[in-house]
Amino acid sequence: MTKQVIIEAKDLSVGYGDYVLLHDANYQVNKGDVFIIMGGSGCGKSSMLRVLTGLIEPLKGTVVINGIDMGNAPAEDVQRIREKSGILYQSGALFSSMTLAENIMLPLQQYTNYSVATMRELAELKLALVGLKGFGDFYPSEISGGMKKRAGLARALALDPDIVYFDEPSAGLDPISSHNLDDLIIEINRSLGTTIVVVTHELASIFAIGNNSIFLDANTKTILAHGNPRELLKNPPNQEVYEFLTRGEGK
Amino acid sequence: MQKITRNDFITEISGNDLHIIAEGSILNYDSDAFLHKLLAAIPEKLKNIRVTAQNLTQWDSSFLAALYGVVGWSKENAVNCDLSELPQNVQDLITLAYAVDRKPTHGNISKLPFLENLGKNTLENLQNTSNVVTFLGRICGAVGRFFTFRSIMRRVDFWSAMEDCGPKAVGIVVLISFLVGLILAFVGAIQLQTFGAQIYVASLVTIGMCRIMGAIMVGIIMAGRTGSSYAATIGTMQVNEELDALQTMGLSSIDFLVLPRLFSLLIAMPILTMFADFAGMLGGAFVGIFMMDLPYQEYWKFAFDAFNLKNFLVGIFHGFCFGFIIAVCGCYSGLNCGRNADSVGVATTQSVVRAIVWMIVATGIITLICMELGI
Ligand SMILES: Nc1ncnc2c1ncn2[C@@H]1O[C@H](COP(=O)(O)OP(=O)(O)OP(=O)(O)O)[C@@H](O)[C@H]1O
Ligand SMILES: [Mg+2]
Repeated sequence: MTKQVIIEAKDLSVGYGDYVLLHDANYQVNKGDVFIIMGGSGCGKSSMLRVLTGLIEPLKGTVVINGIDMGNAPAEDVQRIREKSGILYQSGALFSSMTLAENIMLPLQQYTNYSVATMRELAELKLALVGLKGFGDFYPSEISGGMKKRAGLARALALDPDIVYFDEPSAGLDPISSHNLDDLIIEINRSLGTTIVVVTHELASIFAIGNNSIFLDANTKTILAHGNPRELLKNPPNQEVYEFLTRGEGK
Repeated sequence: MQKITRNDFITEISGNDLHIIAEGSILNYDSDAFLHKLLAAIPEKLKNIRVTAQNLTQWDSSFLAALYGVVGWSKENAVNCDLSELPQNVQDLITLAYAVDRKPTHGNISKLPFLENLGKNTLENLQNTSNVVTFLGRICGAVGRFFTFRSIMRRVDFWSAMEDCGPKAVGIVVLISFLVGLILAFVGAIQLQTFGAQIYVASLVTIGMCRIMGAIMVGIIMAGRTGSSYAATIGTMQVNEELDALQTMGLSSIDFLVLPRLFSLLIAMPILTMFADFAGMLGGAFVGIFMMDLPYQEYWKFAFDAFNLKNFLVGIFHGFCFGFIIAVCGCYSGLNCGRNADSVGVATTQSVVRAIVWMIVATGIITLICMELGI
């Protein structure tokens, strides 16, 4: 069975104004992948994620998601794709003036016609899925950093997305919480079939969850490797990737 | 005889060689002064620098900074620098400091900073102006959506904004306006007394407060109190990526954040202006009746005679316009805030400065229009 391509970057250049971070990147993400964007600090991983999620425009090239060319397709098509993607931000990005349940209900209110009671039930369900059962009436300021990330994930899952994007999910978490979050990511990927795109430089996570990846390099401003991280470790295509995946032991 | 250890660098120059000896404990050392003195004393044809240590007991980063400077200078001037007699850890640290290759990230610094800044600022201001126009356009779109019931504005947000700029602001507005009325009356009274026309203090305060002073005072208070809080709240949301979350959820930040704040200020400001007008008149009366011993009935008669509905409405209209300006400046500064804590401070300051500047401009324009229309 051939895999279905869900995200395709075509000649993608990423940067800000004249400041190019990456030029002519081409890669594909298959449906159901856990796709890792890795690379050293400042090489443009977060910027790549911003391009994929439509927060900034690419300097050149396009992203095709589910067959829709995000740069050129009509606004309704682009909007439909965006509705079907959830994003977990580094700090959770929960709206601080709303309770967790209200946070999760917000996208539902915008895009569905459920009654308030149904939305409330859905919100409770999503919270239970991420292990925050009964926290619906808490405000974001009343829960810990790790819980905020989980709640952010619950909100990202609100509309049953096809793709969920994560920016550094393990940043600022202790090893156990970050391990639990990894487990949660795998669970969601397996049981809901959601495609996952993760920006991270946490080696443990990369090998634990990733089955496809790209490695960005700041010096050459290109993708140095593309493939399953475990296989990249076995057959490293070049020195940089090998050093990164072995914590510089290959030096 | 015990040798005195000097806690300092000692320099010895012989021909083309410079010998620097670090002696004793070098802590909190003024490395910059040392380097200046050293560079001034260095002979032109220096070939070798040798740094050694003698009884070096203690050292800290200032010691390293001095060495770092010496090594840097020697690299620049292609002079040989020998550190091999220093303790190994010192050598390692200096090597480490020079190991990181520094590459310029965002271009080089211009040689004409003044011209470049002028150009940059001009472009930035032009860009800013067009951004503001776009922003106003988006607000119009959002208001349109609101009146066709397609807005996602949450009523809760509106009511909490309303509470904040309504009931909670009345106290300070009334207090300040009362004091302003008092001051107006005092200043007026001193002048009017010379003609024996103290009673006209009543008219002065009434006209002054109702026509413009009430609205201006409310405007300044609300710009500092509410406009700045809008900028800070929305700016913090930017830092926390909440604005990104809104955008990627496809929710309009204008509908969601700006509309409730704008509407509540548009409603609250005229009402607050009314409160300010009356509080100012009371302040005037306080001076007139209790301090200048003007007869009670006569004072109020003059005050009410001077009260003119047209003036009063012009004042209220000012308040309405100021509300719009404060909300727009506050929200605009917040939405265009940078992504760190510093920029939230900048955004807050900007919101207040912009609001006050534009309120003064608006007052000028309204006054001109009123003059033309003969109001
Ligand atoms: N809004 C912006 N405008 C201009 N330059 C930016 C902007 N945001 C980021 N940059 C620059 O782009 C570069 C890459 O930033 P980015 O956040 O994508 O890196 P990253 O790979 O995610 O790094 P990290 O692993 O440290 O999070 C940085 O050098 C940064 O200075
Ligand atoms: Mg990043």
